[in-house]
Amino acid sequence: MLDIRLKKRQGDFTVDIAFRTGGATVTAVFGRSGAGKTSVVNMVAGLGRPDEGHIAVDGRVLFDAAQRINLPPHRRRVGYIFQESCLFPHYTVRGNLTYGMDRVAAAERYIDFDPVVELLGIGHLLDRRPALLSGGEKQRVAIGRALLSSPRLLLMDEPLASLDGARKAELLPFIAQLPGHFRLPILYVSHSVDEVLRLADSLVLLEAGQVVAAGPVEQVMSQPAFAAAAGSHGLATVLGATVDHHDQERASSHLTFPGGVIRVPLLDALPGARVRVRIEAGNVILARGEPRGLSVQNIFAGRITEIRHMAAGLVDVVVDIGCPLQAQITAQACADLELAVGVPVFALIKSASIGRSDLAQHGSIT
Amino acid sequence: MSGWAVLGSLPFGVLCAWVLARCQFPGKGLFDGIVHLPLVLPPVVVGYALLVLLGRKGVIGGWLHDALGITLIFNWKGAAVASALMAFPLMVRAIRLSLEGVDRRIEAAASTLGAGPFAVFLTVTLPLTFPGLLAGVILAFARSLSEFGATITFVSNIPGETRTLPIALYTLVEVPGGEEAALRLCVISVVLAFTTLFAADILARRIDRRLKN
Repeated sequence: MLDIRLKKRQGDFTVDIAFRTGGATVTAVFGRSGAGKTSVVNMVAGLGRPDEGHIAVDGRVLFDAAQRINLPPHRRRVGYIFQESCLFPHYTVRGNLTYGMDRVAAAERYIDFDPVVELLGIGHLLDRRPALLSGGEKQRVAIGRALLSSPRLLLMDEPLASLDGARKAELLPFIAQLPGHFRLPILYVSHSVDEVLRLADSLVLLEAGQVVAAGPVEQVMSQPAFAAAAGSHGLATVLGATVDHHDQERASSHLTFPGGVIRVPLLDALPGARVRVRIEAGNVILARGEPRGLSVQNIFAGRITEIRHMAAGLVDVVVDIGCPLQAQITAQACADLELAVGVPVFALIKSASIGRSDLAQHGSIT
Repeated sequence: MSGWAVLGSLPFGVLCAWVLARCQFPGKGLFDGIVHLPLVLPPVVVGYALLVLLGRKGVIGGWLHDALGITLIFNWKGAAVASALMAFPLMVRAIRLSLEGVDRRIEAAASTLGAGPFAVFLTVTLPLTFPGLLAGVILAFARSLSEFGATITFVSNIPGETRTLPIALYTLVEVPGGEEAALRLCVISVVLAFTTLFAADILARRIDRRLKN
């Protein structure tokens, strides 16, 4: 378990945050650049010193201003993966990997060399020097190096940010496997919606050094505050769902979720796999009567639980279809349909409006 | 003599360079100035200062002689001290530059992997500074080979003891009929300088290849 409460002034900017996470889970720290994400992980690693606060991992106190505890970075047992791999250029890949490993007492070592090398697929690179590796390979070695120091917490500061699209896609599955394999908590700094959908269990949303929202990914990503922080992405609902079966003929997958069954474009995931579906609020259509003769595949009956009038003549409507679903319509439409809290409606979602990047397999299946 | 001068001053050079590159403290400008002083002062002034401080009656020289039985004046050790001091700023500058070029995040990465500050310095900072260190050593070596002013003022011109190459050359030129020997010394001086530069270049290339391959 990770318990973080810290405050630090840096010029005009103040980081003042508190959150807890449980067990071997991936917690995403999400926010715009300049929101203070990197400052937070630096302080957890001991590379920056908070003015006040408390940092503990599994009950082990790393920092406590009141008790005057401030462990130096090399005693914290916190693995750190930087945006750029920061490998040691004068060591081979093997030398990099064993650097941290050799500094851990044998009794404290719970991650071994061979499984890490195998999992990350870096066996053929062991005798090379970092200068000859590709960006993705470097980052894999950096992950291996951090893991082999047998840390009690892994920090990842936008580990994919310096890579191009193809390299990102290549590295993502490796990172996704880590929590299942090594049972350690991960703090993952990111400003990418895709990465969070794919990797994180819970999410801490930072804005100007403050926590705006924290909780399970589905819950936080469905809030207007998240849409604001995510910039180009609009308001959306993130549903946690399970693959029920695939309909190869119609190239669609059927997923079960608390609201029933939703059909989405064919997924590459085994039945039983947990997936997340992101539904843009602007792609949800609301109807008062049960629609007939429409091409829309997904129709859910529900009741309105909340109506928020937004700027630019838009209205956010939350419909309870077994779980909350966000819809964004015009104020005019809202008035014409006489929508109000408690009114029963039908929510329509076009399968085709759910794109590749709105679907992410999350968690490993066994 | 030059070798001793360089080897003996190297640890201090690294220390000074590190302090100048990494530490912030009041009076840093003054410290920087003092380190660079031998570079801008006339060498004879440095030699005279050494004579006053390190001579047998000098503040430090007297103590060295009485407590440790070390005499620096008028022998090769004194010559080594003089040329080390003259070469010191060059060495510090080169090392400081390459220290400033070391990526602090790589050091941070080493510390999160369990290496204490001293281990980080030995295993990461120093190896990454090596090209600059080498350049500093070569520069200092070349500088102390050509030391003249401070040496002749401090430890005089004693054959086989304190006679550096330029001092020997100067002596030969002063004596009638010494031209041939002087020419020989010139050639030796050129060969020595070239050899040093070549050796440094080859070493630097090998290090560079190692880092890139």
